[in-house]
Amino acid sequence: MSTNDHHHDGHGGNGHGHSNERMVSVRVLRQENPHSGSHWESFEVPYEHGMNITTVLLRIAANPVTTDHHETTPIAYDSCCLEEVCGACTMVINDRVRQGCSALVENLLKDSPEGITLQPMTKFPVVRDLLVNRKPMFESLKKIKAWVHVDGYYDLGGGPRISQKEQEKAYPLSCCMTCGCCVEACPQFNDHSAFIGPAAISQAVLFNAHPTAKVDRDDRLAVLSGAGGITDCGNSQNCVKVCPKGIPLTDSIAQTGRDTTIYKFRQWFGR
Amino acid sequence: MAKQHVVIVGGGLAGLAAAMKLAESGIHVHLVSMVPVKRSHSVCAQGGINAVNDLTRQQGDSEWLHLDDTVYGGDFLQHQPPVKEMCDWGPKIVNLLDRLGVPFNRSPEGFRDQRRFGGTLFKRTAFAGATTGQQLLYALDEQVRRWESEGLIEKFEYWEFLDLILDGNNQCRGVVIQDMFSMEVRSLAADAVILATGGNGLIYGRSTMSMICTGGAAARAFRAGVKYANGEFVQVHPTAIPGTDKLRLMSESARGEGGRVWVPRKPQDPRDPQSIPAAERYYFLEERYPKYGNLVPRDIATREIFDVCVNQGLSAEKGHLCVYLDVTELSAEAHKKLWGILEIYEKFQGVDPRTTPMKIFPAVHYTMGGLWVDYVKKDQSGGLALDSLKNQMSNVPGVYVLGEADYQYHGANRLGANSLLSCIFAGLIVGPAVEAWLKSLPKSSASDSPASLFDNAVKPHQQRMHDLISRAGGENPYHIHNELGEWMTRNVTVVRFNKDLTATLQKIDELEERYSRVGLADKSNWTNQNFSFARALGDMILMAKVITKGALLRDECRGAHYKPEFAIKGPDADDPKKLHQQAEQWCKEFKQQTDKWLKTTIATYTSKGVEFSYEPVDTSLIPPRPRTYGLKGAEIIEKTWKEMTQGAAQKRTEPIGKPVTANA
Ligand SMILES: Cc1cc2nc3c(=O)[nH]c(=O)nc-3n(C[C@H](O)[C@H](O)[C@H](O)COP(=O)(O)OP(=O)(O)OC[C@H]3O[C@@H](n4cnc5c(N)ncnc54)[C@H](O)[C@@H]3O)c2cc1C
Ligand code: SF4
Ligand code: SF4
Ligand code: FES
Repeated sequence: MSTNDHHHDGHGGNGHGHSNERMVSVRVLRQENPHSGSHWESFEVPYEHGMNITTVLLRIAANPVTTDHHETTPIAYDSCCLEEVCGACTMVINDRVRQGCSALVENLLKDSPEGITLQPMTKFPVVRDLLVNRKPMFESLKKIKAWVHVDGYYDLGGGPRISQKEQEKAYPLSCCMTCGCCVEACPQFNDHSAFIGPAAISQAVLFNAHPTAKVDRDDRLAVLSGAGGITDCGNSQNCVKVCPKGIPLTDSIAQTGRDTTIYKFRQWFGR
Repeated sequence: MAKQHVVIVGGGLAGLAAAMKLAESGIHVHLVSMVPVKRSHSVCAQGGINAVNDLTRQQGDSEWLHLDDTVYGGDFLQHQPPVKEMCDWGPKIVNLLDRLGVPFNRSPEGFRDQRRFGGTLFKRTAFAGATTGQQLLYALDEQVRRWESEGLIEKFEYWEFLDLILDGNNQCRGVVIQDMFSMEVRSLAADAVILATGGNGLIYGRSTMSMICTGGAAARAFRAGVKYANGEFVQVHPTAIPGTDKLRLMSESARGEGGRVWVPRKPQDPRDPQSIPAAERYYFLEERYPKYGNLVPRDIATREIFDVCVNQGLSAEKGHLCVYLDVTELSAEAHKKLWGILEIYEKFQGVDPRTTPMKIFPAVHYTMGGLWVDYVKKDQSGGLALDSLKNQMSNVPGVYVLGEADYQYHGANRLGANSLLSCIFAGLIVGPAVEAWLKSLPKSSASDSPASLFDNAVKPHQQRMHDLISRAGGENPYHIHNELGEWMTRNVTVVRFNKDLTATLQKIDELEERYSRVGLADKSNWTNQNFSFARALGDMILMAKVITKGALLRDECRGAHYKPEFAIKGPDADDPKKLHQQAEQWCKEFKQQTDKWLKTTIATYTSKGVEFSYEPVDTSLIPPRPRTYGLKGAEIIEKTWKEMTQGAAQKRTEPIGKPVTANA
């Protein structure tokens, strides 16, 4: 793009001009490894127009020096898509669980002008700094058979006819990116409970409604009727408030409540 | 004999499709990925997946026309048999995805809805809102999870691929991988290895791609001996929005649903765009390309936007290059279908695109080039012989490549919504190929190889890690990456000049030298992302060379590779006779250029550095022709070309059962 005398790619600079010397204060809860304790570190990062939290972390990685001029290490964190669709960069930002890539510094400072705090999610084991291991969430998806059990991958024609209405119900549920916000916010999901959590419950609803995946419906309901299932939900509705994809989790929970009741009834009467 | 194993590196659409297909055949798979596979870059795909369907068929569409659109869009640089097979499979693949539960948008009657994409005149694209890639990836991820729970697939998530392990016969016996948490380096024996590791947009600093798209894995395979093809072909998407860490895509589907691209006719008109009357707006794509309008292929749309902003000075804003992408006139129904991307715009720009035209500019988006793979043609159909063990196999026996990491399907320019198709297609056909390969092996498995083979492969990587971590150099890897990105973006994207390419190669040499003095801020042996990034930077520097040198050597214009110094001057005379002569001259030069340059660039890694050679392209199904897309004023070229080639076209034999239809 050689004739472009503005910026190399026309998209503006990437923050190394520091024309604007406004600094952003960021405090990060750090932890070296799963077995070590945690401590806070503070950084001052030059503000850039349109900056998000993943950019802040990149800038710190390029210049890992704390506010009190201590040389430190780059902060470990998860990220991939940078547009809030992969779920990787979930963390607790100013006490609220959300994705770092879609958290714009400008908006954060509006609510909290003194600075920004970053912490790892608390419901999963910390690997290092802001990086946690969310494997249990993926394991839950196995338990509830979150898939359509097809005969195979040979050409057997199209899928079932599906109405617009059904699609419009399924699509939002199918946007769950296993990010963990909902379980982080859920008071019932913790070390002392086996609660499977709202994301998995909602996935079970998605597959139970699918014309083909329905065959495994009873298996899913058996899991959700058992220990760690739907009865562990205290109905506090925290989950639905923090879901970045606006998934109607409490509707899924209500639906599952009804479905499991009927399921148990059927079990008692042996049919 | 121990059990045979297949290692798949990469859990995007291509890798997952391959994993489930192999598992279905009872083959045991180790699936290695840097990120949990559900978070792979494929989730970013927005617009849709192409396949001929019942509706378009009745409007005159066919698999043959999909093939024609794809190779015309790719400026004829791709081998045609694999593309033909892929287009033939399109409808079957979308049907399969439908069965797997992908919530494709529906028509009122309950059929799959379709939208139009770039480079075609048919509504051939199936979609799930504006997050199609996410929905497809989830469907395949679910299938893989099912096989995982049945014990046929074992995942290695947060493990990074470092190297291929080759035996004395240069045959692949496994891979070296590293645990990204504990930093343990180990080997995994494999009788076949499938690389499905995606593109390399991060070489350009910021692009529409994800953080993991460094192309590091492909570079490592390249070092190990796999050839790399057509590296210089890099897609710059016309419509992206700025960002400090990423240039976020506004999918072609915005235009597919009726979105229009324009600039004010008055340079940097300060008025609110909504108050500028239609007559004072320049809908340059629609005016110049009446037939395709806003849906010309990406290379052309990008060059036009670039030209309007840079050469004509019509950027919508001063000091910040951009044009309007306008969806404000669309219905609420269309806005709903575009929800996923409109939300991205609103979230990151703080402006509602339903009421205010979006400001967009081109950004690096897709890697057309990639690791070289083979195919075996089936003469009767013109497509592939699917029982051959060679399909998707690289030049290293036992190493297969799929998805954005290979070079096979998109030639000099990829059509929108064809990538998801090529990823899944290659994933499905690699199943039988790998099966045939495993059967062809003598009765032993890679895990029976001597332990020394694996130890000797692992040790150098442990040593390299130790060296890089303990080095006391003063160079900062993030700064080197920024410089690399800036140089590559400025000189090796939309418009390319040989002097700039030469200067860029010198710059890359300088960066390489500085890279040898990189020092890391993090010296730990636990989850060291600093180290992982620095290692990938070395790979990006190598591939930047492959891209830039390939571009320097190719003195022509083809698809996304545009060198004004070698553009053939278009006919412009007023006198009809003179115009016709000019057009004849144009066609002659076009023919010469095709004869000289219609070939695949092959880069090979040798001890002396990267070497370049060329291979012929199989254009046996559809002969190359000038790519005008109905540009106003270029009618004379199309007409003259037809006159000049008529005799030849009649001599061509068509594959059985496929009528040649006039081009779309
Ligand atoms: C914003 C955007 C929108 C798009 N929209 C569309 C669209 O609408 N239609 C369309 O057809 N195409 C679209 N594309 C293109 C398409 O999304 C990609 O080409 C495609 O998803 C690539 O899939 P893949 O399976 O080849 O690789 P990816 O999805 O990139 O996956 C690569 C995998 O390899 C793994 N990996 C990489 N390196 C290593 C390593 N060293 N070690 C271990 N694992 C590794 C990663 O973890 C990942 O699992 C879009 C692209 C972008 C950027
Ligand atoms: S409603 Fe249930 S699942 Fe949701 S936060 Fe409350 S307890 Fe947790
Ligand atoms: S339901 Fe929402 S919050 Fe919970 S994991 Fe899915 S996307 Fe995240
Ligand atoms: S990086 Fe994917 S959600 Fe933030």
